[in-house]
Parts: sequence; structure tokens; C-alpha cells
Amino acid sequence: MKKLLNNKNTRSNLVIYLVVTVFFLVMQGMNMGGMLTSSWKGFLVPICVYISLAVSLNLLVGICGELSLGHAGFMGIGAFAGIVVAALLQDAVALEPLRLFIAMIVGGVLAGAAGFLIGIPVLRLRGDYLAIVTLAFGEILKNIVGNLYVGLDAEGVHVSATSAKFTLLEGGKMILDGPVGATGIKKLATFPMGFVLVLITLFVVLNLVNSKEGRAIKAVRDNRIAAESVGINVTAFRMKAFVVSAFLAGMAGALFGLNYSSMAASKFNFNTSINILVFVVLGGMGNILGSVISATVLYVLPEALRSLEDYRMILYAVVLILVMLFTWSPRVKEFVSVVTDKISGIFKKKEVETNG
Amino acid sequence: MQILQYLINGISIGAVYAIIALGYTMVYGIAKMLNFAHGDIIMVGAYISFCVTNYLGLPAFVSVIAAMAVCTLLGILIEKLAYMPLRGTPSLAVLITAIGVSYFLQNGAQLIWGSAPKNFASIVPLKPVFLAGGELVITGEVIVTILASVLIMVGLTLFTTKTKIGKAMRAVSEDRAAAQLMGISVNNTISMTFAIGSALAAIAGVLLCSTVPTLQPTTGAMPGIRAFTAAVFGGIGSIPGAMLGGILLGIIETFSKAFISTQFSDAIVFSVLIIILLVKPAGLLGKQIQEKV
Repeated sequence: MKKLLNNKNTRSNLVIYLVVTVFFLVMQGMNMGGMLTSSWKGFLVPICVYISLAVSLNLLVGICGELSLGHAGFMGIGAFAGIVVAALLQDAVALEPLRLFIAMIVGGVLAGAAGFLIGIPVLRLRGDYLAIVTLAFGEILKNIVGNLYVGLDAEGVHVSATSAKFTLLEGGKMILDGPVGATGIKKLATFPMGFVLVLITLFVVLNLVNSKEGRAIKAVRDNRIAAESVGINVTAFRMKAFVVSAFLAGMAGALFGLNYSSMAASKFNFNTSINILVFVVLGGMGNILGSVISATVLYVLPEALRSLEDYRMILYAVVLILVMLFTWSPRVKEFVSVVTDKISGIFKKKEVETNG
Repeated sequence: MQILQYLINGISIGAVYAIIALGYTMVYGIAKMLNFAHGDIIMVGAYISFCVTNYLGLPAFVSVIAAMAVCTLLGILIEKLAYMPLRGTPSLAVLITAIGVSYFLQNGAQLIWGSAPKNFASIVPLKPVFLAGGELVITGEVIVTILASVLIMVGLTLFTTKTKIGKAMRAVSEDRAAAQLMGISVNNTISMTFAIGSALAAIAGVLLCSTVPTLQPTTGAMPGIRAFTAAVFGGIGSIPGAMLGGILLGIIETFSKAFISTQFSDAIVFSVLIIILLVKPAGLLGKQIQEKV
């Protein structure tokens, strides 16, 4: 145990688990104690979903070094697969958390499978081209999911694409209705399940990062040619990261889909992918705890600024630009250090004067 | 005849994509950044033109000039304030900043002009031309769009090959450090690129809204993404590539809407892009650069 604790990785991982658990317990306690307003209660599950999405995207962007602009597509697959599965199992599995968990697993597996299929062509490309192709795949996934019609009646399940080619019997129910999306979803998502999702995501990603595979993936990121020349199978490792990331996004998507009473495919557009990417970059690429914190803060920020109404999104944009300038720009950084030096200089002088 | 009609419409929408893609491709080629705010500059250009014709009552020609002037200034301003301080930092940092700028422009436009769509009256006074006994209709917008895109491409090609600034641009895009050693001001060249790209975006905005007459703060987002894929399709960094990519994308989009499925046109367009990139990873006319170890 002591030896384990001395390991730097294990210690920093424990910190992450601790932060997340404390956050969960505090929020859950406040929730139980009725201290949260209804809008704050509504944030809890989406925060967990976005943490999980940000951490899984960080695996791709930060650890693997591949810019992906289609994360919302995997989220969408997971959401709609989860909604369909939960609706189909409505009678078969009575226990709600179990039904939710099965839906999340199915959502994850389907998204992972999509990730694998997409990965075959995508991972042949690099850099900006990879980014544009993931963007394209995200749009394709959204397009396909948004044109699926799934209905359930006494005869069984009906599926068709582009238009509802089936008519349902009496008592039948449309689960997915093309561009309208899913309506009348039974809300299954709970905050504890969100916490479980975050824990699973963290467990998978942290273990992957600190494993032999993780070191290989990082080697590929830092220098692909050098990694290749020491015998690392670049494509295989990138594929692993891609599929795991898609799987986790699918699970998060399923939880997200089952958190609302209606869901349309247009939710999983390019803007959502970009938002998740913003969480990752502002949290620090490759920094898992950073992703957790920035996803939480940045999800809550626009909502907390709601009182500013029309100005909130413009303020969010300004904050985003300023944060990027202050963290990255050499000139702004230099300026900041000069200013802080001057300020501390003034204080020092005063000290000297009073002492003398 | 029907096919010819679709082809003409496709070329027309493709020409708009091409003009936007030219802006993307120039900025990418020279500043090596994906300027995600480019699509929103289109929207600003269209709004300026809308205001000048509707509120000031000036002729359409003046409104285009005004839109170009405002967008040029806006492009330079954005570059100086948001992108220039980040030169030399990882491309992701610049990308996120560009996304911030894009949000800023969209929400700024929403504050100024409201989110309700405006009805953009076409600025093209030409009457439609009827060919083949009325079976083939070529609208004035189509003629002007295609002419404008051809003129712009020829102009840009001449500009980059014949003028001093154009040559400086190509030098910076080839090797920034070497260009600097030759006494080329990299900052001025990049500003110039943003100015030209933004002026082109203004023209594209006016043409786009003349064809599709609704104007709202998110108008530029989707054409922006389409044009970006067009630029990649044709080989990013290459001027004729952007033109070719834009027009092909427009044709594919129109044809898939007409003959395959309206709902899946997005999926088809993007699938074609993916297939092209798999066969030719640097795009249709892009240069394949060998990696050096």
C-alpha cells in the first residue's frame, strides 16, 4: 500500500477520484437537504455527462494528440440507442437503474462500434485532415440518427429510414420520429448514475493512460515516426484510443438522452462537439482533472450568467478569448508579469520606506 | 434538360462555397490556422449590405462596397486582437480562440439585429434568362454568382503570382522563417490575407443571401463548414483547389438532393469528402508534402 502511494501516478489519480467524490457527496447532500433550486438540480446530470465527454475527448485530443471535431456524433448514437433500448426494455426489466445501465452499455457499445468503423478510414489521415473527417463523420451520424424511424407495437419493432414506412397497430408507440426525434421519453437518469458514469470514465481513461498502451499512445503523439521506428503499431494504438473514447461518449450520450423527456438529433451538432473541445482545451490538454473542472465550471457559467440575458453568450465568448490569450500568448504573459512585478515592486518599496 | 438545370443550380451554390473557401484556404495556407470565424464574417457582410440598402436606401452596389469595407476592417481587427498575440502557439489554442471569435460575432449580431430572421431582398437586378423554350431557367443571381466567382479566382491568381504582396504571401506560406529573412514583413502579409479573405466573405455573404433570402445570426455557420470542407476537398492552401472543391461540393449537394434523398444530402456530401480524402489525402489539387525525419 505504501509503495502504491509513493507512486506519483497513483497519488494524482487518487486526488482526481477524491475531488469527484467530494463534489458528488456535497451536491447529493445539498440535493437531499433541498438546498438546490430546481434549475441547479437540472444541472447535475448534464454536468456528469459533460465531464465524462470531456475526459473521453481528452483521451483523444490530449493524450493521443488527434483533434476530433465529431464527438457529439458518438454522443448522439449513444443517446438514441439508449432511448430505444430503454423503451424496448420498459416491461422486460422492471428495475429502473438496471434498465438505465443496460441502455448506457448498449449506447456505449454501438458508439464504440461506430468509432471502430469510422476509425478504419479516419486514422489513415493526420492533423487537420483528421479533424475535418471527424467533423464530417459527426455530421453524417447526426444526419442518419435524425432520419431514423423506430416504432413499437404488439407486432414487434418497426424500423425505417427517411420516412415512416410502417403504420403502428392500436396502442403502438413511436420511439424515434425522424427529425422530430424522440418524445415522451421516460426519464431514467439520476445524479448517482451520473456519478457512476464519471467514475467508470475516469477509471477507464486513467488506467489506460498509465498503462503500457497509454505510454505507447503518448509516444505516438510526441513523435510518430520515432514511435513507429521502435516498433509501436501506431494505427492499432490510435484505434484503441478512438474506440474507447467513442464508447465512453456513447455511454454519456445514453445518460444524457434519458435525462430529458424529448430529444432531437439536431442537439448533437457541430456546436456541441466544439463545446466539448473547449472544455478539454481550457482544462488543459492531457490533464484529466483539468477536464473535470473546466467541464463543470464552463457548463455552469453560461447558466449562471442567465441573469445577464442577451449579454451572457457574448460574455462567454469574451471570457473564452481572454482565457486563451492569457494562458497562451507570450506577449500577454510578458505584459502580465511586468505588471505584477511593478505592483509587487510598489509594495516592496513601501515596506523599505516604513522599515527605514 | 432537368439535369442541366440541376447542374446550373449546383454550380451557382458551389460558386458561393468557392468564394468562401478561397478565404479559408488563403488564411490556412499563410497563417496555418483554421479560422472558424470566417463563416460569421459572411453573416456580418450580409447584415451590413442589408442595412445599407434597407435603412439608408442606397443602391445595391454601394451596399456591397460598404459590406466589403466593414468586413475587411473587421477581419484585420480580429486578426490583430485575437490571433496575432497567439502566433507560434499550438494550433489548437488558436482554433479555440477562433471559436470564441465566432461565438462573439454571432451573439454580437444577435444583440444588434435580433435573432428573428430578416428577409433579404436580392441585390441582383437582372431578369431570369429562359432557355430551351422555358425549360431551363437561369436566374440573375446564378449569372452574377458564377461571374463573380470566376472574376475573383482569376483576380486572386493574378494577384498572388504577379504582385509583390501576392508573392510575399506565397513566400510566407511556403516558409515563414525564410520569408522573414528575405525582408518580408510576416505580420503585414498575414493581415493582408485576412483583409482579402474577409472582403471575399462579404461578397459571398451578399451573394448567398441573394440566393437564399433569409438572414439571421447563424446564417454563416453552415455555409462556413461546407466551404471549409470544400477547401479541404480541393486541397487546402490551393486557390484553384478551393474553386474546384466549392463547385464540386455544390454540384454533389444539388444532385444528391434531387436524385437520391433530400434528408441524407448532408451525409452524402460528407461521405464523398471522406472518400476523396482517403484516395487523395491532400485533397484534389493539394500538394503532398513528404515528411522529413
